[in-house]
Amino acid sequence: MKHLLSAGDLSRDEATLILDTAEQLLSVAQRPIKKLPTLRGRTIVNLFFEDSTRTRISFEAAAKRLSADVINFSAKGSSVSKGESLKDTALTLQAMGADAVVIRHHASGAPHRLATSAWTKGAVVNAGDGTHEHPTQALLDAFTMRSHLGDLEGKNVTIVGDVLHSRVARSNALLLDTLGANVTLVAPPTLLPVGVETWPVETSYNLDASLEKADAVMMLRVQRERMNASYFPSAREYSRRYGLDVARMNRLPDHAIVMHPGPMNRGMEIGADVADSDRSVIVEQVTNGVAVRMAVLYLLLGGATEGENA
Amino acid sequence: MSTVIKGARILGDEVADILIEGGVITQIGTDLNGDETVDAEGLIALPGLVDLHTHLREPGREDAETVLTGTQAAARGGFTCVFAMANTEPVADTAGVVEQVWRLGREHGYADVQPIGAVTVGLAGEHLAELGAMADSAAQVRVFSDDGKCVSDAVLMRRALEYVKAFDGVIAQHAQEPRLTEGAQMNEGPLSGELGLTGWPAVAEEAIIARDVLLAEHVGSRLHVCHLSTRGSVEIVRWAKSRGIDVTAEVTPHHLLLDDELVRSYDPIYKVNPPLRSKDDVLAVREGLADGTIDIVATDHAPHPMEDKECEWQAAAFGMIGLETALSIVQQTMVDTGALTWARVAEVMSANPARIGRATTHGRPLAVGEPAHVVLYDPTAKRTIEPADTASLSRNTPYAGRELPGRVVATFLAGKPTVLEGKLQ
Repeated sequence: MKHLLSAGDLSRDEATLILDTAEQLLSVAQRPIKKLPTLRGRTIVNLFFEDSTRTRISFEAAAKRLSADVINFSAKGSSVSKGESLKDTALTLQAMGADAVVIRHHASGAPHRLATSAWTKGAVVNAGDGTHEHPTQALLDAFTMRSHLGDLEGKNVTIVGDVLHSRVARSNALLLDTLGANVTLVAPPTLLPVGVETWPVETSYNLDASLEKADAVMMLRVQRERMNASYFPSAREYSRRYGLDVARMNRLPDHAIVMHPGPMNRGMEIGADVADSDRSVIVEQVTNGVAVRMAVLYLLLGGATEGENA
Repeated sequence: MSTVIKGARILGDEVADILIEGGVITQIGTDLNGDETVDAEGLIALPGLVDLHTHLREPGREDAETVLTGTQAAARGGFTCVFAMANTEPVADTAGVVEQVWRLGREHGYADVQPIGAVTVGLAGEHLAELGAMADSAAQVRVFSDDGKCVSDAVLMRRALEYVKAFDGVIAQHAQEPRLTEGAQMNEGPLSGELGLTGWPAVAEEAIIARDVLLAEHVGSRLHVCHLSTRGSVEIVRWAKSRGIDVTAEVTPHHLLLDDELVRSYDPIYKVNPPLRSKDDVLAVREGLADGTIDIVATDHAPHPMEDKECEWQAAAFGMIGLETALSIVQQTMVDTGALTWARVAEVMSANPARIGRATTHGRPLAVGEPAHVVLYDPTAKRTIEPADTASLSRNTPYAGRELPGRVVATFLAGKPTVLEGKLQ
């Protein structure tokens, strides 16, 4: 595998290898010196066309713990407005000898475009593209689930909220299916994509109906502007029908965990007391994110010297 | 001076010589002689093609195309007349701009250029442009369109349809309900959901067509539907015609051949408006063209410089070039499949578009006394499309590397060869 563009690109063996590798790398974070020499001399560029401090820092920490040189490029706020910036920026990075480009972009498919163009020779890691995918988020979610629930084969995962605009939901649906879990997407009909019936998931408009069998519940962030676009009538109605409050959480099986990719709208899709409860693994997801991203960078770049990773 | 075309298969059928004198066909027969002879053995002779939907970009975007390069591409594709869309900069919404475009076409001499006038000032969809002034200008505009944008205001559309009756005009509607297509990037369906690209629902096109055919019926006007692309659109036009509504419709070559699976590559070369649709829609538009529901093939030749396509999908411009490949695509999708004869190709690519656009000297039969607009076409040739091998200033062809059947060997505009042996004259 040269690039990580979609969670759907991963076979079960590849996904498991990443998760197993992350398991080993997680211990690095617990050492006094949190560093491995694995990617010494390699250059990784964080190319962020869209704000995301959390994801950028997570990738940066992952790369630095593997001793790679990290360049952060933020296109936000610069004069780049049209698409040629992607090509020109990529050519610049190529000229600087980037071994890998971690790209976050507001346009779906931008990492794919970068990986299939001649603009860069390095590995491309999708760090979130438009409303398409966010494969490392799905990997860290799977990692977190695995550490609490064990093997994901046959486990029931309920993903709730704005599936239509969620790259997290897309990547999770693909990866969790690959890993053998049963996924149920719960949302109002306006926030489920056309064609969702072709996805390897079940869908429901009713959150309550899927709680009792869920091993994990993942709440998705709802952007308030969706309300103005009439995807649902009001924040209050949304919260009543699709928000996870304590009463709903108490209907989950005892072992079930509560997840959220963050940042959360406390009181909207998730109650503050739910987010802070001992079932919540939201902070753990962040910690695991670094280990998973280390694993991805390590497996894409590790061991190969320049030119060999093509 | 006279020219004789020797041994062409007229409309793909009977073999005959065609004698051209003074820009007019003066004889069709055997053993004819002229001052110059063009050997057309094995070639099909069709009337010069007419494109009701071309973007020539001049004035304003001469980096993408000019009237000269666009009409040169047209000639290489077998066209002798092109209708130039109004979305230039400035917009062709005044007599001055349409006359400028028309005159440039005449000066260059590669194809007659019939400007299309904007329906609304600046394509803004708020006030009617001076349609009468454009109709009365030297360009004698008869087709009006805000193409690229939809005349979505129902009252304005009604007024436009009514107003152009005074000079036998037609409103060519770009059917795209704007609210249903906000941010739309590709055909709405399972693939748009998978790719995370905002869907462009078929109903956004169909709802406007349904509304417009009813408006056209209500006010008794001519309506032309630009580049329809869905099964539902074909069904609505079929219903409207069965009801006697004066509606015509066009389909592009690319909607006859390409489907939305190509978007999986995220390659903006396939980004077009309306978007590439499903395989079922492709079948439906072929059926519609075959049974006469769809009247014409129009290229929607939309040149863009590479920098507008060498980027991520969302940032890329909509459109693809198509003048030089149109006849090949029609051969591949309609003739080689047995859906159309060459005589019917002459109808859908020449006679019908000329009739809809009131280009009275074009789209005429290949007959004695008619203007000598002729294309000679070799249906047995095969060619692999090289983007650099185009007369257009732009290279945004979706067929790069594809092998297409057929080749335009010669094009005559009023007896004067604009293309011979496949080369511009």
